[in-house]
Parts: sequence; structure tokens; C-alpha cells
Amino acid sequence: MRPYVRDKKTFSQSEVPENTCFEAGYLVSVNSGWRSIRPVIDNAKCVGCQQCYLYCPDGVISINDKKAAIDYDFCKGCGICAKICRLNAIRMESER
Amino acid sequence: MSRKFLSGNEAFAEGIRLARPQVISAYPITPQTIVVERLSEMVEDGSLSAEYVHVESEHSALSCAIGASAAGARAFTATSSQGLLYMAECLYYASGGRFPIVMMNADRSTALPWNIYGDQRDSLSQLDSGWIQAYAENAQEALDLALMSYKIAENKDVSTPFMANLDGFVLTHTYEPVDIPDREQADKFLPPYETDNRIDFENPKNMAFSAGPDTNYIFKFKEHEGVLAARDVIAETEKEFAEIFGRKYTGLVENYLTEDADYILVTLGSIAGLCRETADKLRAEGIKAGVVRIRYMRPFPHREIAEALKNAKAYGVLEKDISFGSEGTVYTNVNSALKKADVNIKGYNFIGGLGGRNISASDIEDIFDGISKGTSNVNFIGIGGDSNG
Repeated sequence: MRPYVRDKKTFSQSEVPENTCFEAGYLVSVNSGWRSIRPVIDNAKCVGCQQCYLYCPDGVISINDKKAAIDYDFCKGCGICAKICRLNAIRMESER
Repeated sequence: MSRKFLSGNEAFAEGIRLARPQVISAYPITPQTIVVERLSEMVEDGSLSAEYVHVESEHSALSCAIGASAAGARAFTATSSQGLLYMAECLYYASGGRFPIVMMNADRSTALPWNIYGDQRDSLSQLDSGWIQAYAENAQEALDLALMSYKIAENKDVSTPFMANLDGFVLTHTYEPVDIPDREQADKFLPPYETDNRIDFENPKNMAFSAGPDTNYIFKFKEHEGVLAARDVIAETEKEFAEIFGRKYTGLVENYLTEDADYILVTLGSIAGLCRETADKLRAEGIKAGVVRIRYMRPFPHREIAEALKNAKAYGVLEKDISFGSEGTVYTNVNSALKKADVNIKGYNFIGGLGGRNISASDIEDIFDGISKGTSNVNFIGIGGDSNG
């Protein structure tokens, strides 16, 4: 998994800046609550071609050790990665 | 100090020249046009060193000012009516980003029917946009507001954009003798703008970012506190202004004969002078009349209005505005102030001047008559009460 620039953090009132000007890289909140299906990588089939990485509209796919990895904190479950994968290495599974 | 015969627009432009904005971006619209024409001439003749950006719309005018402010520059823009409404989206960006831009708005009616004359429906419709809103009565106050506005807006505790409102035509286009402060004194009063809320290549930061449900409301609370902080900063700024320039202002409201008044008319903008003259006339006839002129609609003078009205028998609110289906917005705000302070006296709303329609001295006498004898809650001058009773 690609490391976050800074850790996720809960800001107290005094830590919230007075204006919208602050150190970059803080993730404001996890944003994947409406996902109903999730992409799952089959590492046996994945060759690390990076097509899913290029097509992901939310930038949540990274390539580690030549295999795709998904950040489920921000993946919305759109399924584009599964559609684009020529090796059928990504399948969409129900969240429930 | 020099003294010149200036219109409201020209006086405001002189005040802005003294405030030394570094970027001016504006799009011309009647009745604001003259203020940006004069500033353009000042940049051309070198008496004002600013980047003058010709933009293609009001939306772009304020967007450009926001960008300039985000780069750490003192920025100015001006508009009116439909132009203010067209830049409405950007008003919230400027206030939410806490960019202390100053804008002059020439108060003018809003379409339809199309009309270029003065009323206050444009700016009062934007009370919730997070800007400080001041209403000038005369050209001298307009110039002084232009100079004070940056000092108030740029105060670290405030960091809020400032909208200075001048009644269209009756103030923007009428002439009076105006004292123009010396440049040295103006520089002493208003130092250059310094801020951390800016693009900084040595210390890069994320700017104008998003904030999710967990922190967004904290930003909004701080924005609210910033506008409230302007209450004290306005008082401090006016005190310092009086020490340097000798002209005194009275904060969020200006009271006239209110201390022992039975009947008080609350109003704002250029009509206040005629209201005070009418109060004098009624006093001579034995009627204890008084006038409160609201100078700032945001921050709203809750305490000051309750204090001024608490011993009166009844009051009226005269405004060039109507929130259709309800009442005049100034009346709503005044009533809220009184309710919170447990001041329980009868109050009536008088709507006038829409689309530039004249409000005469006899109209104001009729208003005081209505306040003292009782009338409908919401009255349109020359028409009568609305169907809400």
C-alpha cells in the first residue's frame, strides 16, 4: 500500500486553522461508506501491468511488488478496474 | 489634507487610492462605473501603484481578487446589483477562505423589471455570505470607510472580506465637499498587508481546500467568530482614525435623539439625513422622535439597537428592501435583537425607495405618524399595508 503523506487524524477545534491554508497531505476523512461492491485482486493472475492504476478515477490503486493493491478507505467500488483488467485478475464482491 | 468637491464614487476611489491596493479587478456596472474609472485613471497617471486587471465579468472580478489575496496582495473590486448577484458564488469563497478583500457595492435594484436606480435588495440579499457589510450615509463617510475597511478586514482576529455599500445615484452620483487625508497620515494609519494566509514558495501549504463533515462546521464557527470579532476591531479602528484624522464615527450604529425618544425610526444608508431632519421638525411640534442609523448590518448591532430602543414606546424600520412573502430583512434582524434583549414594544416595517422611488420628507412624517398611532406590520410607502396584516 502507498503510504499516506500524513496520518489520518481527528482535529480538535483548536487544531483547525483559522483559514483554509494549512500543511498539505492531511486526509480529512475516510470516504468509502457508500461502496456496495468491492474490487478484490487475484494475485495469482495479476502481472502488475498498471492498467487499473491508470484508469482508477479515485487514485486508490498502487502497485507493490508488481501487484495491484487497493486502498479500501477511499475506493468507491465503481468497478472500472475490474472492467479494464484484461487478465480478469479483479473481481467485484458484494460488501454484504 | 485637501478638500475637493466629489461624488460618492469619486470619494470612495480617493479612499482606495490612499489604501494602496496592489491589485484591482473590476467590471463596470451602473452606478458603480465611476469608482473603477477613477481608479483606472489613478493607475494610468501613476498616483496609484496597482495591477489593474480588466476582467470579462463580475464572477471573474471577484475570483481575480481572491487569487490576488491568496498571493498575499491587498485586493479591491467593486460592483452593483446584478453584478453582485453574478459574483455571489465567489462571495462565499472569499469569506470562507478568510481573504480580506474590500469591495464597494453601489446599492441598486435587482431585475425584473429592469431598473438601474438605487435600492438595497442586492446587498441585503447577501447578508449570509460571510462578508462584513457597512452602509455609508455620505461621501465623506464613504472615503473614510474605504480607508478603514482594510484595517478592519485585515485584522488577524477578523480576516473577513468587507463590503462597503453606497446607495446608488443618491450617494454614488451626488457631490459634496470631501476632506481627503494626506498620504503620509494614511500610510501611518494603514500599514501594508501582511498575512500567513497566502501562497508561499519557501513554505508551501495547501490552500482553499475541502473539509469533510467532521471539521467543516468548525471552520464555519471560526468564520462566524471572525465577523463577530469585527465589533471590537471597528471600535478600535474608529478610535485610531479619530486620533489621526479628527473625524469621529460611532461604531455599528449612529443614534440621533434616541435617549428620551418615544418614537424611533431605524434605517440605513443615505436616507438617514432626511429622517433626522424630520425628527427635528417633529421635536419642534412636541413629538419626541429619534433615529437610529445602522452603519453595519454584519456584524449586526444586536446590543446597540436594543439599548437605543429599550425606553421607546414604539419603533419603525425604514428600508429599501423586501424579502417577498415575509417582510423587510432589516426589520427581521431588528426584531430579533429586541426579542433577545426582552424589549417588548410595538414595531412596524416601512418599505420604500425600491427601484429608486423617492422617499420624501412628508413620507417620513407619515412613517412617524404610523409608529405613534399604530399601523400594519409591513407597510409599502404610498401603497399601504401588505395582506399579512
